[in-house]
Amino acid sequence: MAIVYQKSKGLTDKEMHYCPGCTHGIVHKLVAEVLEELNLLDDAIGVCPVGCSVFAYDYFSCDMQEASHGRAPAVATGIKRVHPNSPVFTYQGDGDLAAIGMAEIIHAANRGEKITTIFINNAIYGMTGGQMAPTTLIGQKATTAPLGRDKDLCGGPVHMCEMMSAIDGAVYVERVSVNNIPNLNKAKKAIKKAFELQMQNAGFAFIEVVSTCPTNWGKTPVESMKWLEENMLPVFPLGVYKDVEEVASK
Amino acid sequence: MAMELWKGNEAIAEAAVRAGCRFFFGYPITPQNEIPEYMSMRLPQVGGCFLQSESELAAINMVYGAAGAGARVMTSSSSPGISLKQEGITYMVGAQLPAVIINVSRGGPGLGSIQPAQSDYFQSTRGGGNGDYRTVVLAPNTIQEAVDHTQMAFDIADKYRNPVFVLADGMIGQMMEPIEWKEYKPAYTAEKEWATTGHKGKRPHNIVNSLFIDAAGCHQHNLELDKKYKAMEENEKRWQEVGTEDAEVLFVAYGTPSRIALSAAEILKAEGIKAGLFRPITLWPYPMMELREAIMRPSVKAVVCIEMSMGQMVEDVRYAALDKKPVSFCGKAGGVIPTQYEIAAAARAALGR
Amino acid sequence: MAAKVTFAQDRCKGCELCAMVCPKNIVILDTSVTNRKGYHPAAVTDMALCIGCASCAKICPDSVITVERL
Repeated sequence: MAIVYQKSKGLTDKEMHYCPGCTHGIVHKLVAEVLEELNLLDDAIGVCPVGCSVFAYDYFSCDMQEASHGRAPAVATGIKRVHPNSPVFTYQGDGDLAAIGMAEIIHAANRGEKITTIFINNAIYGMTGGQMAPTTLIGQKATTAPLGRDKDLCGGPVHMCEMMSAIDGAVYVERVSVNNIPNLNKAKKAIKKAFELQMQNAGFAFIEVVSTCPTNWGKTPVESMKWLEENMLPVFPLGVYKDVEEVASK
Repeated sequence: MAMELWKGNEAIAEAAVRAGCRFFFGYPITPQNEIPEYMSMRLPQVGGCFLQSESELAAINMVYGAAGAGARVMTSSSSPGISLKQEGITYMVGAQLPAVIINVSRGGPGLGSIQPAQSDYFQSTRGGGNGDYRTVVLAPNTIQEAVDHTQMAFDIADKYRNPVFVLADGMIGQMMEPIEWKEYKPAYTAEKEWATTGHKGKRPHNIVNSLFIDAAGCHQHNLELDKKYKAMEENEKRWQEVGTEDAEVLFVAYGTPSRIALSAAEILKAEGIKAGLFRPITLWPYPMMELREAIMRPSVKAVVCIEMSMGQMVEDVRYAALDKKPVSFCGKAGGVIPTQYEIAAAARAALGR
Repeated sequence: MAAKVTFAQDRCKGCELCAMVCPKNIVILDTSVTNRKGYHPAAVTDMALCIGCASCAKICPDSVITVERL
């Protein structure tokens, strides 16, 4: 018998701390598999955020730095300027990237930093216990929005891909999900393309992964996938938001 | 070697380049703008990288990334900008990353003024950001010293894997003085084996991190950091004494006011009053015992601490004096510089004359 | 048997995403077992029906599944 699927060498043997069914584990695997398949593990340097994936430095087998909250794109900028030929990526959640770290991500994209950003959008603060995120849906309950997010009080969910696609320095922007196998395959393809573009020095690439948080959503992992499909995907439509290669060929 | 006339800020930048600094991340703020401006011109000439960031927060986190990636890296700012950088500085201490941070300080609090001040003494010497930590703080009072301190700061940072401050008040940054460019020889050259450079399949992955989620583990980490602070206290204390052997009045001052104090001493000398100067060169580690020894000399009747602030270092001076000798304070805040006449008057008052 | 699926059962958190995506509906939580984490780990009811598509392994957040095929 031949092995058709086993754990990626891009991951360490450390058991992940994530709650059962958390999509962080799935996305970690996709990034690790892409780095392994592109033969980038020897040189890759990743930057983790503050939030649920704060311990990602223990899970990825490449060199890692842990950034302060929201500053991963700035940290990655410093790393990339020192090692311009090495693949550098940030892995950030919605609170980290779309709230406290908005300035850093926008400006890293605008500089066309040759880095890859993986953005996990699960519409909630996970690590701190279910507070409202910048991507929380209108009406969605959170521990700091007990009656549901009120648009008049705090605005609507931030649409990062739509914003990033308007920035010149961003060469590839795609929103994906891992809610089923076809979408998971597409997500991996998108992450692969983002790293390939980085290695071609094309510019900044941004992959948003619409994700779940079963624990703070108060649902089982399987129910969470269904909730994601019914509630998040209409607000955060999947697809390619910017592909400079395609624009150039048209 | 011939002397050259240099502006403080530009001399600091050139000194860093000559010490092998190849990366600079910064954000404009007066009165330190000549440092990033000079670096933007100079670093590309030597194959380095200058980047103007979107904020001080981004700048210090770029420094974190570059330092973690093994580079010799520097940033500069002035007081309000240094406040913003405290987040990155405490993370760098926690992750044990070396870097040099220049604070060309100005008046505060808040937006304050853009004139020279020394009101960042507490912030510089007591950590500044969250958590228990210290950074070596060098306080030059000439442009030559600003050059020497900047270069020395890189070696101290590398030796202890800790950020090092050069606290140059706005006067040092803006003033021009003749300096001599001495050949820089690195005092510390160990390989940065901990840096994230890509493991190349030859070593376990390196992690740059300040998170120790387990309380006992975090305590242990603090104990290890504390060993470094103790070593810094042991090895890095620097100070200067002028005429302290037989002084009746002892001035204690650093940076710009230490020079004015010497002018005041000349005025007093003409009146038959012997004044000496004790100048801490490192504000942390503070030469506490050495200052105490100077204060306790029998000739000393009064101590006058001079600062461009409402009185911050004076607390350390009072601690050194142990209530055995009177300590008075002469200071101006917000960018006003005390004159030699005001200092001489403070000395007379302290002596009851 | 055309394919074989192996679970590192002691690392499984019983999230059931593998069961959710299995096209043959042969992945279940084995309620007769409680692993050291306190979960009923995933298992395959009838390996003969497995087609080795690796869907279960691909979606497993904890990378506990290895898939082999003839």
